[in-house]
Amino acid sequence: MHENRLQQLFNSGKQNLLSIFFTAGYPTLDSTLGIAETLERSGADFLEIGFPYSDPVADGPVNQHSSQIALQNGMSLNVLFDQLAALRQRVSIPVLLMGYFNPVVQYGVERFCKKAAEVGVDGVILPDLPMYEYEALYARYFKENAVCNIFMVTPQTSAERIQKIDSLSNSFIYLLSASIITGSSIQQSGKIEAYYQRVKQMNLKNPVIFGFGIIDKQTFSKACSYGRGAIIGSRFVKLLGEKDYMDKIPGFINAIKA
Amino acid sequence: MKYGVNEQGYYGEFGGAYIPEMLYPNVEELRNKYLSIINEDGFKKEFDQLLKDYVGRPSPLYPAKRYSEKYGANIFFKREDLNHTGSHKINNAIGQILLARRLGKKRIIAETGAGQHGVATATVCALMGIECVVYMGEVDMERQAPNVSRMKMLGATVVPARSGSKTLKDATNEALRDWIANPVDTHYIIGSVVGPYPYPDMVARFQSIISLETKKQLSEHTGRELPDYVMACVGGGSNAMGMFYHFLDDESVKLVAVEAAGKGVDSGHSAATTFLGREGVLHGSRTILMQTPDGQVVEPYSISAGLDYPGIGPQHAYLYKIHRAEYVSITDDEALQAGLLCSQLEGIIPAIETAHALAYLENMKFKTDDTVVICISGRGDKDLDTYIKYFGY
Repeated sequence: MHENRLQQLFNSGKQNLLSIFFTAGYPTLDSTLGIAETLERSGADFLEIGFPYSDPVADGPVNQHSSQIALQNGMSLNVLFDQLAALRQRVSIPVLLMGYFNPVVQYGVERFCKKAAEVGVDGVILPDLPMYEYEALYARYFKENAVCNIFMVTPQTSAERIQKIDSLSNSFIYLLSASIITGSSIQQSGKIEAYYQRVKQMNLKNPVIFGFGIIDKQTFSKACSYGRGAIIGSRFVKLLGEKDYMDKIPGFINAIKA
Repeated sequence: MKYGVNEQGYYGEFGGAYIPEMLYPNVEELRNKYLSIINEDGFKKEFDQLLKDYVGRPSPLYPAKRYSEKYGANIFFKREDLNHTGSHKINNAIGQILLARRLGKKRIIAETGAGQHGVATATVCALMGIECVVYMGEVDMERQAPNVSRMKMLGATVVPARSGSKTLKDATNEALRDWIANPVDTHYIIGSVVGPYPYPDMVARFQSIISLETKKQLSEHTGRELPDYVMACVGGGSNAMGMFYHFLDDESVKLVAVEAAGKGVDSGHSAATTFLGREGVLHGSRTILMQTPDGQVVEPYSISAGLDYPGIGPQHAYLYKIHRAEYVSITDDEALQAGLLCSQLEGIIPAIETAHALAYLENMKFKTDDTVVICISGRGDKDLDTYIKYFGY
């Protein structure tokens, strides 16, 4: 199969990958692509663009708020795909879409995958589409369109299930630092290191990227010592709520990567 | 069971477990263990004993003489309102607390709309000496203030849900977030036949005591165990599913589920899910829910906090789609009038939820020898303020 941008990035051997999550349509309806462009220019390695949902159960207050504002601004999958039509003229790093499953069901899962591929999206993270449902009902749409589906793993996920997830994955595995909602703080306790270590020793075919609770250079570096990189979400979304957020993006990325 | 759940947790295309990975281990643990636990002799014995000694079961099947005269059929009330804590919700709470104890859980969380499920959960937690946290929408806390006090008096912590519409769906979101953060020691007692598999099936089984007793009692009253009609109100649908459960395979029994139309199905202020909803995913299951064309969940409205939910349980969605049950709706006004009528004809002040089921009698065309069972799911004490304001007593 032809490699997409995401697979190319992971096959390139590049380490310490930094991914940034932000909500499409927040803080303003048209801010999506400008933020993506600035993130690439500032040194982000790949992006997760969240499409908003009214009932985001896996998210804490910061992302919930951004989701709510984005909906008020008029963001929807239709609007987002219209905006993303210009994505590949402006952004060259891999881009994933992230959101809850119901808007995708209403859009049509097959149509969603097709459209995502058409605008140049490389992967999708749907936290509430679990492995059984994905495999039994929807996997072929993702494969047909060369869109990677990314699964999450938590400290409570069994080794057997992680193996299965690894076999169904074709880019990376999203490793949650703890069983928490987004924006929660985590303690870097010995327990978490044991979990990182346990996953590392499983010799998975897919690289792992850490998410949830990654907030600064320290937590980022820690995550990178066990995997290929990490995702920063809520902390960045918080920045987007500030004045002159565009001007602050390079500094934000620099403080983590430098 | 013909209309029951399959091994993957589906009723036709409805159901399943659409949950984030963070919830997977909890739900998987339940899925692996719930059937073997609830089928254990020891569990059954303890469950039945508590239902008898503590809840006061069997609840009576009352031949409602004056209602029968008025509507021209043999009408029976299944009196879940006479249960301890005032509604059918206690049946499920007892079942789940016994299950939680066998799973070694040390902490219970629950969501509540009208507060009936919250009170039932707080009650069983007090009974078992287990910590209890109840999530309740801020708006519901105001309109059901006495139930908030009851929960607190029973030792529970009541946490206001301040996101979204600040009602039942948001309380459910907050409870799910709590469960994500506390995956090991906490059991989530969902109060209705909603949520990821196995909840819809598990809650239906605990509530099925309603129809099990009804069959036996009806046979004592009438000499036959099958009625012609069974009626119940539906928010998420737990009392209806309990009332329907043992009649599902008896195709001669017509099942009528009454949704809350609020100010009218087309008023923009309604909770009539089957009329206004489409298929999609809500709170972990594939079902029918009220949503925008874009898939955002719509804020429902009903004067009854217990019916103010944008979805229905997946088994209901299935029964609706295959026409095994008929789904109808009743407005706020019709429900309140029915509540008054029941109070004055039968001396029973029903919960406003229940009053929706009673109100639909006006639209039924019975033959004189028809036997009808209506689930009186709860008592109206908690709704007195609303009744009083409406009728000016």
